[in-house]
Amino acid sequence: MRLATALALCLLATPTLAQPRSGYDDSGPQVRAMQDDDTANPAFLWVQQGETLWSTPAGTAQKSCADCHGPATTLRGAAARYPTYDLTRRRPLALAQRINACRTDHPAAPALPPESDALLGLTAYVALQSRGLPLAVDPTGPNAPFVEAGKTFFTTRQGQLNMSCANCHEDRAGHRLGGALIPEGHANGYPEYRLEWQKIGSFPRRLRACLTGVRAEPLPPDSPEATSLELYLAVRARGLKVETPAVRP
Amino acid sequence: MARPLINIPKRVKRGDAFEIRVLISHPMESGQRRDEVGKVVPRDIINSFFCTYGGEEVFRAELFPAISANPYFAFSARAVETGLITLSWTDDQGVSGFETVEITVE
Repeated sequence: MRLATALALCLLATPTLAQPRSGYDDSGPQVRAMQDDDTANPAFLWVQQGETLWSTPAGTAQKSCADCHGPATTLRGAAARYPTYDLTRRRPLALAQRINACRTDHPAAPALPPESDALLGLTAYVALQSRGLPLAVDPTGPNAPFVEAGKTFFTTRQGQLNMSCANCHEDRAGHRLGGALIPEGHANGYPEYRLEWQKIGSFPRRLRACLTGVRAEPLPPDSPEATSLELYLAVRARGLKVETPAVRP
Repeated sequence: MARPLINIPKRVKRGDAFEIRVLISHPMESGQRRDEVGKVVPRDIINSFFCTYGGEEVFRAELFPAISANPYFAFSARAVETGLITLSWTDDQGVSGFETVEITVE
């Protein structure tokens, strides 16, 4: 435990980015306008679906999220604290994984498939409740070794192009890759609507796009590496506000 | 398919212009893409959109490929009397959508 705290302090003491800069600030005015206006943000088509699911009974117990949690507003702040360590599963869970864990544990409902409209919608609806709150993932305690694992993943070169995440998103952030501006790579708006995808998508999906971009092996859905990386990125982006559901080019 | 997001003010002052905003969930497949075995994915887009207010047509749009998925319409009308606004659209598969919203003019 003491080692974990020391590790976390070490992380705190050597911030790689002085002031994290959200991908929102690197987007064009049209994209920002879409995100600013909830009636123009297409992600709200999924949020609406998530809102319905929130109160739809599921599983053998025929209970809905609302039966235990009440209105979704009671989960304000939850998304800002995820991913975080789960004591029973002994590993960190991202918000979507937490929702599925909740479904399988309590109403004994089947887990929603990763990247399905239902899971993305429900996750976006829950995360929306925390919009505007600063990311507040705890880098200490049981999270610490996973933060470190995520940082190792972030800084390790991989793929045929032999590049690490940090090569682009830290060393070259603010520069251009072809015509596109390289953002700092903060995961503060997932699930987010990407114009490129023409739909809402999760952080692991975005990560797969980056990994295939450097011709590395993409991670399977629900892989522990992706969750560790998401955890490290949340620590790295501390202070940025939750923007879910964000719009990005 | 998710329901469309419709944004129309509930009450408007007589004579005022108000905005109607509609976001429809649709893949808007352009007909230019091929699937993983090289077969052309058939075109499937919303090809027409109509809006009536109090039985009178106030907006009509013809849509073509190269409009992105989940199209967004925003246009204005002038408030004349309390009544129904109807929104309807049809896609290439013949699937149509229809929504009505009541507006109160005071």
